[in-house]
Amino acid sequence: MDIRFSAEDIAFRDEVRDFFAAEYEGAASTPLSDNAATDYKAAIVGWQKKLHAKGWIAPGWPKEYGGTGWTSTQKFIYETERGLAGIPDVVPFGLKMVAPVIYTFGSEEQKARFLPGILSSDDWWCQGYSEPGAGSDLAALSTSADYAGDNYIVNGRKIWTTFAQYADWIFCLVRTSKGIRRQEGISFLLIDMNTPGITVKPIVTIDGKHSLNEVLFEDVAVPTENLIGEQDKGWTYAKALLAHERTGMAEVADSKRMLEGLKQRATTEINGGKPMIEDPVFQMRMSDIEMELMALEYTELRVFASMAAGGMPGPESSLLKIKGTEISQAIHELQLQLAANYGGALAGDLSSNELGHDFAAEARGKYMYGRAATIYGGSNEVQRNVIAKAVLGL
Amino acid sequence: MNFEFSEEQTMIKDSVSRFVRERYDFDTRRGIIESDDGISREFWTMFAELGWLSVPFAEEYGGFGGNVVDIAVVMEEMGKGIMVEPYASTVVVFGGLLSASTNAALKEQVIPSIIEGDCLGSFAYMEPQSRYEMSDVSTTAIATGDGYTLNGVKTVVANGGTAHKFVVTARTSGEQFDHSGVSLFLVDATAPGVDVKAYKMMDGQSAATLTLTDVAVDQSQLLNAAGEGMDLIGQVMPQILIGLSAEALGIMATLNTLTVEYSKTRQQFGAPIGSFQVLQHRMVDTFMGCEQTKSMLYRGLCESKSETDAVALAKTVHALKATVARYGKIIGEEAIQLHGGIGMTDELNIGHYVKRLMMINTSYGDGDFHQKAFNQLSYSA
Repeated sequence: MDIRFSAEDIAFRDEVRDFFAAEYEGAASTPLSDNAATDYKAAIVGWQKKLHAKGWIAPGWPKEYGGTGWTSTQKFIYETERGLAGIPDVVPFGLKMVAPVIYTFGSEEQKARFLPGILSSDDWWCQGYSEPGAGSDLAALSTSADYAGDNYIVNGRKIWTTFAQYADWIFCLVRTSKGIRRQEGISFLLIDMNTPGITVKPIVTIDGKHSLNEVLFEDVAVPTENLIGEQDKGWTYAKALLAHERTGMAEVADSKRMLEGLKQRATTEINGGKPMIEDPVFQMRMSDIEMELMALEYTELRVFASMAAGGMPGPESSLLKIKGTEISQAIHELQLQLAANYGGALAGDLSSNELGHDFAAEARGKYMYGRAATIYGGSNEVQRNVIAKAVLGL
Repeated sequence: MNFEFSEEQTMIKDSVSRFVRERYDFDTRRGIIESDDGISREFWTMFAELGWLSVPFAEEYGGFGGNVVDIAVVMEEMGKGIMVEPYASTVVVFGGLLSASTNAALKEQVIPSIIEGDCLGSFAYMEPQSRYEMSDVSTTAIATGDGYTLNGVKTVVANGGTAHKFVVTARTSGEQFDHSGVSLFLVDATAPGVDVKAYKMMDGQSAATLTLTDVAVDQSQLLNAAGEGMDLIGQVMPQILIGLSAEALGIMATLNTLTVEYSKTRQQFGAPIGSFQVLQHRMVDTFMGCEQTKSMLYRGLCESKSETDAVALAKTVHALKATVARYGKIIGEEAIQLHGGIGMTDELNIGHYVKRLMMINTSYGDGDFHQKAFNQLSYSA
């Protein structure tokens, strides 16, 4: 029962902290925290290229493919420091989602062709999983890929595709045959977004912004060399990486930072002559969240410690996803509550002085877009199904 | 970094766990509660022989030299069997106060007898008007040359009917609610002027109301400097709250396990009720609540052991007790609900686990009390 880090780990933490303090400053512009800003792509690619130059762009990868070779403790420290510094995570679709599939299940040619562009952020990837008829029930997907000599001919619609408007490539789950089980007959295809027959349609979300899209495929010819592994086995490849995706979703450090920001604002928002932080009801609402977050920090440490001891992230990663997203949403809610009626003003041209509350628009945007956190990455209801089955044996 | 228990801690854990499993089944417990004493003296002697009573005490008194982690390990396992013997009251609270005492002679006299199993003890702090406010003390201690005369009433004193000795809070100076001026006295249950009226609590444990009428106490029975009792209580409070929370965690985990198992066997609509998603999700929520409580307990344990500053530790233990209250209530209520009619019966163990959780909740401050204390430490302009 001991959570102290070794001297080496503390030295590493300081190195990470110093690097972020020195290098992130210049990139800490609005576009990085606003994923719908017009120069978002340029800003994030610029920051990711800095991380790449430092050799820190892909801590999760094996060293031979460009990973850092860090211990699991170092990886944990890195993620924590990133969150505490308020630096957004790398865009996950290339670095954290498709790359592990490529280096785990792809051919040597595919590794050589795709991994360098992902590392350098020269290639922007997006994810083609969900469809209008296949959300939580992903195995219901119907986008078809018919084998035709050197190509698959792809037809169908993918939806909720984040940043498809920026993407050079999309990785897709497509149906190549009708198996006995629905999970059979699904294949994992890498598709060049410039291929004729692909149309990207923007979807404006309830925050009034555009990061999501619908992607339409009409007789899109995809070379068979872009198939990962074996045809009809794509479900297995995609599923193998889901647990990894979820462990990153607790975002404890990010939530800690948001909560500190909330407390700061509660000292300057005045109601009836008193700062909101002294309001007993608001205090209870804050501590409901803060206590839960204090516990989640240790839940994350417990999962991390078991992984460091050689365990794999198991169903407990679903717990991290559920609690982590519930907490971040709860913080968004309180921020918006703090923004009061000012939070409703779509005051694009109004200075913060004219409105009186400089965080109102951000609070509104984060709250509205933040509703997605309990829907994406396997909705929280699906995560509960996972725990019920895998942990409770129900 | 690790969340493992040491080899010694694992041994103690196994020892208590085996005892609960092999010797402390539900009928045995019921028999003990219905006996005159309400506790098993025979078992208490065995606890002494097994070394459990020595766990938190310094080696110079014959103790095991353990820390809060060791206490938590024992309490969690005892929770799984909802043992009614006064381990928390005697070893964790009464023993904790004595260990923190600055009165060497008193410690030398009392601690070895606790370890031997000869002394049951309790902390008499609550008064009819005080609720959870420990510094609300109207019991008086008037100086009389080489000692004090105590007058007042203490209620719901845990284990009050069987305790040989009490640590009593009494006011040597100041007004009713003052933090300073509260003193801690060791008072013998058989001292002249001490009237003990014992009764049962809803969780099967016993308590008593103590009426002190002109009780003469020598100044050698002060645990620390007169008027500074609250400081000593403050030192021991993390250990008390952690111990009770660990017991609660053992109960919560047991309730969840029993409920999940029951849902796999209970058939309705031609299927085990555990196959229904609406119930599955509720059991997942209680599972997560238990895991979060465990994490908060571990946070308390890690911070108690390291050089965390006192305010951070105080925040953590307040948060821990509030978390136990929140999830304990949910887990208890869900256990009864998911068991359905059978969960309402006195015959089934579920209700008894729930009642102990309820009493832990109200011991040393309920959830709201601790959350407000947490707020005070955390939020100011």
